[in-house]
Amino acid sequence: MSQWNSKNEKAGRPEPSSPLHGLPGRHTRVSSASRSPLHLAVALDGTGWHPASWREPVARPRDLFTAAYWADLVAEAERGLLDFVTIEDGLGLQSSHFPDPDERTDQVRGRLDAVLIASRVAPLTRHIGLVPTVVATHTEPFHISKAIATLDHISTGRAGLRVQITARPNEAAHFGRRTIPRIEAHDHPDTQEVVAGLFDEATDYVEVVRRLWDSWEDDAEIRDAATGRFIDRDKLHYIDFRGPYFSVKGPSITPRPPQGQPIVSALAHDTVPYRLVARAADIGYVTPHDTDEARAIVARIRAEQRAAGRSAEPLHVFGDLVVLLDDDAGAARARRERLDALAGQPYPSDAPVFTGTPAQLADRLLEFHRAGLSGFRLRPAVAGHDLPAITRGLVPELQRRGVFRRSYEADTLRGLLGLPRPANRYAAAAAVTA
Amino acid sequence: MSKPPKQIHLAAHFPGVNNTTVWSDPRAGSHIEFSSFAHFARTAERARFDFMFLAEGLRLREQGGAIYDLDVVGRPDTFTVLAALAAVTEHLGLTGTINSTFNEPYEVARQFASLDHLSGGRSAWNVVTSWDAFTGENFRRGGFLPQEERYSRAKEFLATANELFDSWHGDEILADPATGTFLRDAKAGAFAHTGQHFDIHGQFNVPRSPQGRPVVFQAGDSEEGREFAAAEADAVFSRHGTLEAGQAFYADVKSRLAKYGRRPDQLLILPAATFALADTDADAEELAREVRRQQVSGATAIKHLEFVWNRDLSAYDPEGPLPDIDPDVGDDHISQGRAQVRMYRDPLATAREWRELAAANHWSIRDLVIHTGNRQNFVGSPATIANTVNHLVQADASDGFILVPHITPGGLDEFADKVVPLLQERGVFRTEYEGTTLRDHLGLAPPDDSESSARGSRAS
Repeated sequence: MSQWNSKNEKAGRPEPSSPLHGLPGRHTRVSSASRSPLHLAVALDGTGWHPASWREPVARPRDLFTAAYWADLVAEAERGLLDFVTIEDGLGLQSSHFPDPDERTDQVRGRLDAVLIASRVAPLTRHIGLVPTVVATHTEPFHISKAIATLDHISTGRAGLRVQITARPNEAAHFGRRTIPRIEAHDHPDTQEVVAGLFDEATDYVEVVRRLWDSWEDDAEIRDAATGRFIDRDKLHYIDFRGPYFSVKGPSITPRPPQGQPIVSALAHDTVPYRLVARAADIGYVTPHDTDEARAIVARIRAEQRAAGRSAEPLHVFGDLVVLLDDDAGAARARRERLDALAGQPYPSDAPVFTGTPAQLADRLLEFHRAGLSGFRLRPAVAGHDLPAITRGLVPELQRRGVFRRSYEADTLRGLLGLPRPANRYAAAAAVTA
Repeated sequence: MSKPPKQIHLAAHFPGVNNTTVWSDPRAGSHIEFSSFAHFARTAERARFDFMFLAEGLRLREQGGAIYDLDVVGRPDTFTVLAALAAVTEHLGLTGTINSTFNEPYEVARQFASLDHLSGGRSAWNVVTSWDAFTGENFRRGGFLPQEERYSRAKEFLATANELFDSWHGDEILADPATGTFLRDAKAGAFAHTGQHFDIHGQFNVPRSPQGRPVVFQAGDSEEGREFAAAEADAVFSRHGTLEAGQAFYADVKSRLAKYGRRPDQLLILPAATFALADTDADAEELAREVRRQQVSGATAIKHLEFVWNRDLSAYDPEGPLPDIDPDVGDDHISQGRAQVRMYRDPLATAREWRELAAANHWSIRDLVIHTGNRQNFVGSPATIANTVNHLVQADASDGFILVPHITPGGLDEFADKVVPLLQERGVFRTEYEGTTLRDHLGLAPPDDSESSARGSRAS
């Protein structure tokens, strides 16, 4: 039981054998599951990830735009002691084909702002991390930095973000500030250039967000009645970020969040996003279909991490899986066939789709875990069915195997993830020059 | 038969980042922790207030080239706090000040529509403009907006946001599992706006919210601001809380409504109001004086004088006489990120007046700033304050007040417990919420979604 204490946080650095430690492959070996905790997150998106999920009797599609719907899902995830939930978002209607709107009427369309959903459920939960999606492409890093800092204050240290880009020309037209050329083919050199630019911008964006989080030192608020000063302004810092996409002066209007640095995460399928993960994130979500691919991806991310000079910093690599879980594997398969039939086609997914029992999924996750993935972000195919199957089926199975927590062992998301609270970059700099 | 008395609207302004807020009081709590916001909101809801109000500033204030450190500094993100407050309240309206300069309509409309859904129809937007390059240094949009374009941009921003809110009518989501039809209309949320400031088109991705649109507040006091309020706003957050100034403002703004085809009851006038409440009138007077001294320390007095003098006055003794030198009337101002400095349109005349006033009364710099600063709007016992509030509303100086306590977060508690019951006894303030949305509380009709959307492409 002691392995679930967040001793990493106290020691200030992760254990050398932990797969989150950013050292070369031989150090990321996991000799036994008990050496490093397995982390579990769930990705919330509408009624679930399968496009026909809303047609299931458990789906509650008419409640999608209510607070109660989201509060129920997050409460269920917290009941299952999950590390965190992510909440999908986007700056346009969902579409089944890239890069254009699909004008389909047979799937869920429309969504609420993910940061505000996370904030709405924060006071109703106590332990689970809240990681909304934010789109870096058309939004202001200053606004997002203070929004996530505020989410961290409201949840007393449980906030994070999942950064994503958008290359959709129709979403650019929603802002009218620039045009993004229509991407015809993923492997075209022009496409690569557009996407690389958007990811470079996202990297700058995260840098600005992080600097703003540090722009107040923890003890900047002094309330010194003798001198009449509310703050020690020497402990507030201009971030003076200048870049090709935006320049931001700072400091933030919001004091440093409880975690210091809330969690930054990103989904990554290729070299360019792997680089974003390696340079800027605490967690990367990847989509390997087998353990060899998982090892290869982890190695590529670690190489990028070294190239970025972040080898010493902890970086989780989580596997993303879509899950359809039933106590009987045949029932799960039948459910998938039924959903695919309703959708009119097999479910196309970037991430592997797992169909089976909680015990089979536990086997699968442990294989991936041994291949170097420190955790998983599960995408329930049908939120109303597969989320409870995770919390009430998979979690007890993993607990029986001694690889998942039996109670929350930390008060912050960083604590749950075994990440230390980082020193403030500006305080550290001030200490050096003092 | 005499007509029934007007019903009073009351709201609570979370204590702000200015010297009204007394952070040095031993009872003063955090301005950042959510528990402070939750306490404040629950008090307002317990008292059956219409709404709670959050201000916003997007760059920390500076004076003399350094971050201003004498007042409360720092605040959380407006939208994020309001969404969380929706979880700890059931009826209270949630009003956020959101800038129309350093935001984009699509994003702000998404946030307000989301907040309105997540609060069951309780969102309100205090639309403000800011145009200074100083604040712009924190944003992509950045830059400087000439003064004459301020309201034209704000108006177009709001008009564009309204087009987005109205792009969904409320009947698009069928979600019928049997037929597999989720959306009735593939073009749901379609919009196209072409104007001087925004040229955007596509589909809005948040379905129509319970209120349709957030309630719209306007806070500017200029001629353009008043006209904007008459044309577009549901309520005005005004600064004219006294009888005469209040009546003049009320009559002026309400008289402008007819030309926009609106009735006087379609725009509420809600001045900000500070108060000093004690068991007796005499105690309240004493408290009011004490609070004003707390609000104006010697250091604060010097900084306040600098707003007018536009010079570094740090060498002056706050307990000594006013400076002999005249204000600097140059363009660059010693203070940045603060609306207050624009109140002094003729600094030379103000300085002359203040010197004469100080000399006549033997006032030090600090005395002068205390005496020329705003006295609390309401000073007295619960009965006195209840009478004053009711009188001002019945005399058409306002439709109610946005109370600004000086202590976070408990500064509203006593008002809620002692003044509100007296207003309820008089039958001029609700004892229970009658509706669920902020529009219900304010007596405003739902917005007409055909107003801004002339496409007529609505699916039947």
